[in-house]
Amino acid sequence: MTAAGPGAEPAQPGPGWIADALREHGHDHGHAERPEHPDGRQRLPVTGREQQVLDRIDRARRRPPRVREERITMSHGAGGKATQTLIEAVFLDAFRNPLLEPLEDAAELRFPVAAGDGAGPRLALTTDSYVVSPLFFPGGNIGDLAVNGTVNDLSVSGATPAYLTAGFILEEGFPVADLMRVVDSMRAAAAAAGVCVVTGDTKVVQRGKADGCYINTAGVGLIARDVTLGVANAKPGDAIIVSGPIGDHGITIMLARGELGIEADVRSDTAPLNGLVAELLRAVPAVRAMRDATRGGVATILNEIARAADVGVMVSEDDIPVRPEVRGASELLGIDPMYVACEGRLVAVVPGESADAALAALRAHPLGAESAVIGEVVAEQPGIVRLKTAFGGTRIVDLLVGDPLPRIC
Amino acid sequence: MRFVDEFRDADKAHALAAKIAALCAPGREYKFMEVCGGHTHTIYKHGLEDYLPEAVTLVHGPGCPVCVIPMGRVDDAMHLAANPDVIMTSFGDMMRVPGSHGSFFDAKAAGTDIRMVYSPLDSLKIARQNPDKQVVFMAIGFETTAPSTAMTMLRAAAEGLANFSVFCNHVTIIPAIKAILDSPDLRLDGFIGPGHVSTVIGCRPYEFIASDYRKPVVVAGFEPLDILQSIYQLMLQLAEGRSAVENQYARVVPWDGNVVALKVIGQTMELRPYFEWRGLGFISHSALRVRDDFASMDAERLFSVPGVRVADPKACQCGEVLKGVLKPWECKVFGTACTPETPIGTCMVSPEGACAAYYNYGRMNRDRVPEAVRAGRP
Repeated sequence: MTAAGPGAEPAQPGPGWIADALREHGHDHGHAERPEHPDGRQRLPVTGREQQVLDRIDRARRRPPRVREERITMSHGAGGKATQTLIEAVFLDAFRNPLLEPLEDAAELRFPVAAGDGAGPRLALTTDSYVVSPLFFPGGNIGDLAVNGTVNDLSVSGATPAYLTAGFILEEGFPVADLMRVVDSMRAAAAAAGVCVVTGDTKVVQRGKADGCYINTAGVGLIARDVTLGVANAKPGDAIIVSGPIGDHGITIMLARGELGIEADVRSDTAPLNGLVAELLRAVPAVRAMRDATRGGVATILNEIARAADVGVMVSEDDIPVRPEVRGASELLGIDPMYVACEGRLVAVVPGESADAALAALRAHPLGAESAVIGEVVAEQPGIVRLKTAFGGTRIVDLLVGDPLPRIC
Repeated sequence: MRFVDEFRDADKAHALAAKIAALCAPGREYKFMEVCGGHTHTIYKHGLEDYLPEAVTLVHGPGCPVCVIPMGRVDDAMHLAANPDVIMTSFGDMMRVPGSHGSFFDAKAAGTDIRMVYSPLDSLKIARQNPDKQVVFMAIGFETTAPSTAMTMLRAAAEGLANFSVFCNHVTIIPAIKAILDSPDLRLDGFIGPGHVSTVIGCRPYEFIASDYRKPVVVAGFEPLDILQSIYQLMLQLAEGRSAVENQYARVVPWDGNVVALKVIGQTMELRPYFEWRGLGFISHSALRVRDDFASMDAERLFSVPGVRVADPKACQCGEVLKGVLKPWECKVFGTACTPETPIGTCMVSPEGACAAYYNYGRMNRDRVPEAVRAGRP
C-alpha cells in the first residue's frame, strides 16, 4: 500500500501526502444547511466539526487519483476503488480523449456523412478480456461469457450489437476438446444475440504462462439516432431499476472453485441483454443511462452514477432482488451481494414518471421478469450512495476496496 | 432467510427504540462501549445508530483482532515470510495491514509466498503438499480464533507433520478491558460484551466489571436486534441502579463457556508475561504463546524474528480510537491520508475496525427514527 520501497522512509505513504491532509484538517469553512427530513425522522445534529471532516473527505475523494502501489495487486482487477484508480491514473491519463473520457461501457464513434449536413451513423465500440477461473461453471463457461459480456457492453450503451472479434490466448497442453466446447458455446451465444464473430487471433504460450484459456472480444454496434445515454445524465427524481436478482454469477463462480466447501443451487446469469434493452428503449426512449452490473456489482454502478452526475443515490435493501441461495452464501462468506458480479443484469436510470412503464417493459421480457425499482436519484448528499437497510437504518454503499476474490469474468 | 431475518426486523427495532428512549433520564448522557469489532461492523452496516437517542453514544472498543496487532509484529511476520523456505498463510483480514515496508498483499505481489486461508486447517493441506517448505500460519485473534489454531496444532502433532508452525499473536480480551477501565481519559456507563469471545470464555470473566467497577455488562449477539436489545438491557440496569453481567446471546453463549475449547488452548498455548497492543501499549498477561511441549511448532523459536518495537506512524491515532477516546472521524488523517485503500493505521484495514466501519458505512449525515427523537422528553 505504500510507495516506500526497501530502504526507503518506512511506514507511511509520502510525507507530502500526510502534510496535505493535515493542512486541510486545519482549514475551516462553512457547510450547507441541511433540510428537515420527511416521515418524522430527524437529522442527527452533525457537529460542525464532524461536518468539516465529511467535507474534507469529500474533497479528498474528488482529487485526481494516484496509483501508490509499486506493483499491480489483485485489487487492481477487482472492479472496485483500486481498479478505478488504475484506469484513471494510468490509462485515461495516457490515452485521454473525448471519446474515452466518459468511461462508459462502450465508446461512441460518430462518422460524418460524405455529402449533406445530416448526422452520420453512430457506432459503439467496446472490448473486454475474460480470464474466469474455473473455465466451466454452472450456467455457462468462458465462451458464452466472452460473447455476452461484449454484447451487453454494447447493448447498455444503446447500440444494437452487430460484429465481434475474438482473440484467444491458449496455454500449451490445454485440451482441444475443452477449446471445442468453449468455441461451441461462443457460436451458440453469438447466434442467440444475433451477432457474428468476424475476425480473430490465436496465440499459444508455454505451459505455466497462462491458465488454460483466456479470451478477448471486441464488438461494434449501431446506436439508434435518438438515443443519448450516460450515467452523467441522472437527475434527482429519477428511478433506479435493476433487471433481476443480483449476484448470481459471482456467487456461482466462487462456489464453483470448490475452495469454500459450500454447495448451493446457483447458476450464472450470463445472458445477452440486447433484446431486453431494445424492449426498454422502445417503451421508454427517455432512459437516461444503463450499465451492466459486472465486476464490482450493482454497488459500483450506483457509485458511478452518483459521481458522474454529482447527485445522491438512495436505495432500499428491501427492494433489491437477491435469490435466497445467493443471500445465504453471501452471509456465510461475509460479503455483500451488492458488490457481487452479474453477467446478465442491467441497472437502468429512468425519469421518475417513466418508472412504471420501464418496469412493465422489462418484466414483459423473460430476462427481466424479476425487475425491480431499487431506489432513486436524490439531490441530497451528492456523490454518496445511501442504503436504507432492511433493519430500518441508513448506511453508505461505497466503492469496493480490496476484493480478495479474483477472476470472476 | 431463516435465523437471519428474525434478528433484523424493523418493527421490533422501532419497539426497542421506544423502550430505550423511555429509559433516558432527562439531561443524562449514556456511553456504552461495544468491545468487539464485530459489533462495530454490525452497528454501522445496519445503520443501528438511527434508532438511538442523542443521549446514547456507542464507543468502539479494542476487540478487533487485526487492529490491535502492533506494527513490530507485522514486520516480524514479513521477516518470516521473506525466508525462501517459508510459505506464510494468513486470514484475509491480515493481508492489507501495513507494516513498515508494505503489507502482505504488497509482499505477495513482489513474489513472497503468502497465501490466504479461510481456516488454519487449510495450512495443513498446504504443508502436506509442500513437504520441503515450512508452512507458517499467522495466528491472530482473541479467544474466538485461538481454539481453531490449537486444534490445528493438535492435528499437525497427531499427523506427525514436521513442516507446520504457528506465528502466535493470539490475545486475550479481559486484560484489554481492564486496561480501558483503568484508563483515566474515558468515562463509560457500561459494556456490550463480546459475543464470540464469550462462546469460548463464558460470562464469568466479566463479573469483576460489574462487582469491582460497578458497570453493567451485557454479552450480545451479532445481529442488529441483538445489539439494540443489549443496549436496552444496559439502560434498564442503569435505571434500576444495578450492575450485573447479563447474557443476551444465550442462544449461543453458555454461561461457563466452552470447556473443550478452553482445554485445547491450555494444552497448546500459555500466557505471555506481556505483549504489546497497538495503541494500548504493553499489557501484562494479555496474549498467548506456544507452549514448550509444542516448541517445534513455534515459528518464533524455529526462526529468529527481529522482535523490534516499531512506533506507529506519527500521524496515526489508532491508539486513541481503539481506547474509544477518539471517534474515528476525530483522527487527524481520517479519510484523507488514511482511507481503506491506503490505510495508515490498522483501524482502517479490518472490516471490524472502527475507522473502516465509519468510513465505509457511516460517513454521512444520518436521520434518527421518531421514537429516538422523543427520548428524554417528558
